[in-house]
Amino acid sequence: MKHKVLNTNIKSMWAYKMFFASLLLLVMGCETDDTQTVATFNTLVWEDNFDVDGAPDSSRWRFDIGDGTEQGIPGWGNDELQYYTDRSENVTVQNGFLLITAKQEDFNGFSFTSARLTTQGLFEQAYGRFEARIRVPFGKGYWPAFWLSGNNCADNPWPACGEIDIMENVGDEPTIAFGSVHGPGFFGGDSIGKDYELTNDRFDTGFHIFGIEWAPDYINYYVDGDLYQQITPEDIDEETDGQGEWVFDRPFYIILNVAIGGNLPGPPNNETVFPQTMLVDYVRVYQQ
Amino acid sequence: MKIYRYIHLRFIPLLGLGIVALLSCERDFSDEVKFATFPANGDIFTDAPVGLTDKFFDSFDPAVGANTEGFGTDDDVAFEGTSSIRIDVPAPDDPNGGFIGGIFLDRGAGRDLTGFDALTFYVKGSTTATIDEVGFGSDFEEDKFAVGLQNIRLSTDWKKVIIPIPDPSKLVQERGMFRFSAGTLSTNGVGFTFWIDELQFENLGTIAQSRPSILGGNDSRFPTTVGQTVTISQLQQTFNLGSGIDQTINLTPSYFSFKSSDPNVAFVDELGEVTVAGTGLTEITASIAGVLADGKLLVESSESAQIVSIFTDLFADIPVDNYNGFFLGQNTKGGLVEENGGQIIRYTQLDFVSINFFQNVAPIDITEMTDLRISIRVDESIDAGDFINIQLVNSVGTPDLTSGTFRIEGGDLVPNEWVEFQIPLSSFTGLGARNAIGQLFFVSDGTISNVSIDNIFFSAE
Repeated sequence: MKHKVLNTNIKSMWAYKMFFASLLLLVMGCETDDTQTVATFNTLVWEDNFDVDGAPDSSRWRFDIGDGTEQGIPGWGNDELQYYTDRSENVTVQNGFLLITAKQEDFNGFSFTSARLTTQGLFEQAYGRFEARIRVPFGKGYWPAFWLSGNNCADNPWPACGEIDIMENVGDEPTIAFGSVHGPGFFGGDSIGKDYELTNDRFDTGFHIFGIEWAPDYINYYVDGDLYQQITPEDIDEETDGQGEWVFDRPFYIILNVAIGGNLPGPPNNETVFPQTMLVDYVRVYQQ
Repeated sequence: MKIYRYIHLRFIPLLGLGIVALLSCERDFSDEVKFATFPANGDIFTDAPVGLTDKFFDSFDPAVGANTEGFGTDDDVAFEGTSSIRIDVPAPDDPNGGFIGGIFLDRGAGRDLTGFDALTFYVKGSTTATIDEVGFGSDFEEDKFAVGLQNIRLSTDWKKVIIPIPDPSKLVQERGMFRFSAGTLSTNGVGFTFWIDELQFENLGTIAQSRPSILGGNDSRFPTTVGQTVTISQLQQTFNLGSGIDQTINLTPSYFSFKSSDPNVAFVDELGEVTVAGTGLTEITASIAGVLADGKLLVESSESAQIVSIFTDLFADIPVDNYNGFFLGQNTKGGLVEENGGQIIRYTQLDFVSINFFQNVAPIDITEMTDLRISIRVDESIDAGDFINIQLVNSVGTPDLTSGTFRIEGGDLVPNEWVEFQIPLSSFTGLGARNAIGQLFFVSDGTISNVSIDNIFFSAE
């Protein structure tokens, strides 16, 4: 009896190994190569692979709710049109993905709902590699983002506390993502950053990897395997004639959200499709 | 139990490997099966025609007014290289023909276009006129996989036009490389010239977010009887281009897969023709490359169903005098307009208006009918107290005149959305005989100014 059980287990192990080997083949056969050649910080310190269905893991994420009025910035400082909730129809984890869904509906006097997740107070870090694999929605008015905020905005209001936008996109420019920094002397329309444009591809039809490597004296931006921008204290000096201040020297926290309308994308039009979902495959943070 | 588990685990790797084999990214056929393939050349015109028939331009029939003289090439104008296609659009009274249009055919047996996602070209005009239509997939034989993009606004500088391919996997052997049609509707009859260059099929990689639709994206209910046929119309597909702009094309039924939820009631062929085979209910839906189209046809087949169609896309309408008689003292503007590849009636400044069918056409006898069916979309917000009265008038202009009204309250309508009504004729208060109905009125007294109307017919249940 014992012998038989042992035998079974050995075969089961073999079966398991083959199963995972074939899974690996499946994954490697169809997906683009995720290996980062532009990123060099490889000590993983925090991640969410969204492996458990249901509400996002409350030990990693909290929600910003409402329209920003409670935070003293109605429209989240940008005249955005959505009301953020933590309802499952706006934010949930399914099949290994975080889903942030923007809907057109009457809710608390607003016409759109969506969600905004942050790691504020749960995970905050200065420097490192921050990376996520994301598919964005499309259409005029959509404004998905993966970004970092300085953790002292309560005492040192934006833009003084700093903002690092790893990925922003406006839905009517489906081939373009942009990365930028905001701080004292360079914020809003005068932020410092750069567009990254895909050729023969779009950001709403498949997943792409968006990341930064952030060290005391530079922030490198990459999309998939392309390093497309480096921002340094010297750049801030040059762009702001010495008026700007490098504030990227303290812990920041992660934010994922889908805004609707607002100053940057403008309002949705009658061609904009609702609802739509931003899918996040993973968020990972590494140290040097 | 353990043995069962053991077998179960052994199957997983086999299953996994099976999935790898089936889902590996390239969808190659196995070595044993060799399909004939056709040239995969996407070029149509660069500085000269590429692989087209000696005729190059195959005009529409001159007997219907197509001008065969206005087509040529121009060695003085080019977006790239040394030459372009030059098209001189004639005035309507040109003795050689009042419009110009035709097709370019592949000189061989056809091309394999499965590796492309769009037909593209650069165009510029002598003036900012509008080209009526451009497209591909027309061979003057089957026109099986034809696609058209309408109303291309010209600029006096070069601009790129992108016509998405609805489902490239269908185009394994296509001869129809290009089609265009141009008249002077947009220039009030003044002729103009436009140039086309770098005409080619391309794989842009940015043609995305396919949204097919049938029947204008609406759900249409149609009562019918066994033996009747109707053809699914208003076939369209919207893509989002790399520029972020939505592009809507018209296309032929063969790009769609049609499905009937109950083929015993009605079945659909690949040309979108629905044949009613039995009594009951069935739902006809369509899809392109796995994407379900907006809009569906609900077939309600019974022994006794009859219809009299005033204004539908699917059935033969009765002749009418007009859709807006412009009475004295009436402010309503509007009438027929195009929408989503079909026609609807759209009124603005509505106070009252009527569809008339009694002056130069015969009024209709709907004694046997039981219901009026009508779809109404209010093209504005709806306020308290808004209404639309629908009035039927029998024996117009005679001493026997009788009329009846049914009131639709604003609360039963939805702003900017179609609402379908089925109104028993017995609810038209005051209507006596209905053997000679000649007018259908819409009266809002200005409470609702902008409204669209579609699918008006009488049915017997």
